[in-house]
Amino acid sequence: MEQLSVFIQQHIEMIYVVILSIFLGIEVISRVPSVLHTPLMSGANAIHGVVIIGAIIVMGKAEAGNYLALVLGFLAVILGTVNVVGGFVVTDRMLEMFKNKKDKK
Amino acid sequence: MSSILSIIYLIGSVTFILGLKMLSKPDTARKGNLVAAAGMGLAIIGTIFLYESEGAKLHNYGWIFGGLLIGSVIGVMAAKKVKMTAMPEMVSMFNGMGGACAALISIIEFGHLAGNSGSEGAAAMIKMHQVGDMIDQLGTGSKAFMEQRDLLQAMFTMDYRGTLLIILLGLIIGSVSFAGSVIAWGKLNGRVKDFAFPAQHIVNMIVLGVIVLLAAALLIHVNDVYPLWAHGGGTATGFNLLFYGLLIVSLIYGILFVLPIGGADMPVVISLLNSFTGVAAAFGGFLYDNPVMLTGGILVGSAGTILTILMCKAMNRSLKNVLIGSFGGNKTGAVAGKEQGAYKEISLSDAAVVLAYANKVMIVPGYGLAVAQAQHVCHELEKLLEEKGVDVKYAIHPVAGRMPGHMNVLLAEADVSYDKLLEMEEANAELPTTDAVLVLGANDVVNPAAKTDATSPIYGMPILEVENAKVVIVNKRSMKPGYAGIENDLFFQPKTSMLFGDAKKVLQQLVAEIKQV
Repeated sequence: MEQLSVFIQQHIEMIYVVILSIFLGIEVISRVPSVLHTPLMSGANAIHGVVIIGAIIVMGKAEAGNYLALVLGFLAVILGTVNVVGGFVVTDRMLEMFKNKKDKK
Repeated sequence: MSSILSIIYLIGSVTFILGLKMLSKPDTARKGNLVAAAGMGLAIIGTIFLYESEGAKLHNYGWIFGGLLIGSVIGVMAAKKVKMTAMPEMVSMFNGMGGACAALISIIEFGHLAGNSGSEGAAAMIKMHQVGDMIDQLGTGSKAFMEQRDLLQAMFTMDYRGTLLIILLGLIIGSVSFAGSVIAWGKLNGRVKDFAFPAQHIVNMIVLGVIVLLAAALLIHVNDVYPLWAHGGGTATGFNLLFYGLLIVSLIYGILFVLPIGGADMPVVISLLNSFTGVAAAFGGFLYDNPVMLTGGILVGSAGTILTILMCKAMNRSLKNVLIGSFGGNKTGAVAGKEQGAYKEISLSDAAVVLAYANKVMIVPGYGLAVAQAQHVCHELEKLLEEKGVDVKYAIHPVAGRMPGHMNVLLAEADVSYDKLLEMEEANAELPTTDAVLVLGANDVVNPAAKTDATSPIYGMPILEVENAKVVIVNKRSMKPGYAGIENDLFFQPKTSMLFGDAKKVLQQLVAEIKQV
């Protein structure tokens, strides 16, 4: 158990960030009209594509001879990019339609 | 980490928060999406050029840019080409890719960890072990040295366990999210059928238990690994096997988890998997001490979870119920056995007359409208009726279609005016003064059993009370029950008439008929 408390102490900043982010996420989404649920889910989907940064780091650190890491890392970069780019573009497409509505009104 | 990169990550995190915030208001939503995208772009570029680990910059730029290019092309094409009706599938697919990305990162990092290719701590530990062995052989053991070695080992083990735990969690959650999203995608486009077998809950629980056991075994056995490195290497085969076993079992769990869940629950499942992937991304943030991954992932994780719970509430189901599985599975038998009454059909021309001479018409769109791609012709019908002086509104149930807001997006695509869309409460308030309701491919969301029949699986779900209107016309392809797998008493009520057929064809014919009225 002492190990655990040391671990918590060492990572206290991150733990703060996590806890505050959890509340922030809840706070932000609790006031969303149901009209925007689908675009919001899609937008959130694009944001978790931030995992691409991990993929870039893994790829960029892979040693030249480590083919497993190179191939899997490459795949990870592609998948992550599809998540990010596709997610944002699709969300924009959805919201574009809402925008038109407003203008005509 | 360079100071500029730190600032870039800070900006990135702020744009995600701002983006989500702006996405939650109709006026600013589109800008919010662009803000988040810009922050993401900045964070990606910053990482590529400024990231440093132990003094070394990243290499393999060719691979990185190649991957980014291929991914962008696929992403843009998929996102531009997809029909608005297929949106939920697309979101599910993108989500699965994010999950797969997180799982792949874990696999590679596990390779680094188990293969001892690197950390300073590991190297120091090995030196200590080797020196310790030499002293042992000489037989002049220095107690102080040995104590020092054990202390170092304890510290190292803790670090190593922590890293391994993060990697394993990223692997499990990423794999479950990937496999689950692929199944959800297949279910939504009809490639994968609902599939349930007896004792499924128990099987799922067992598989989940196996995941926990495998992960625990890996964490316990870290002690066995590094003496192996210290004594001239040898790969920890058993350790690796456990890890890949965990990967496979996690994928299986993802499949089993989504497979029995009916289409009615798909929005909940996609939202849940979405938040899973967010959490998986956050574990990546832990692994690399990367604040932007951490905040982005956690934000999506918590926001997604809340969205999931909101959806569950709208359907009056508990999250546990959805998680453990199968909607209609057990209950269909009992309910379907109930005696069906007689329903009556209405001809197209009669329906046209009813609608054209009504003062107020409420259209209730459902999944049938989406499948038939009938949103444009539906808008045409609305305009035609308005020209004839009919007041036309749309009643949007929060879970109509396959995702919350699905119908809004669909109708927005067809240029239906925003203020014509009524949310459930508003619609229910107006229904008693409505002359005719046109239900287009919706079923469970207008099923009065949700209010009257306590044994019904959807009992307690708020519904659109269309039976309060004077006349109800229901367009469906057949009398088949909806996704919840239950009969709908509404169809057998005297004021209800059925208009069978594909929503698009029926609406086209209806438009033609109304023009002649």
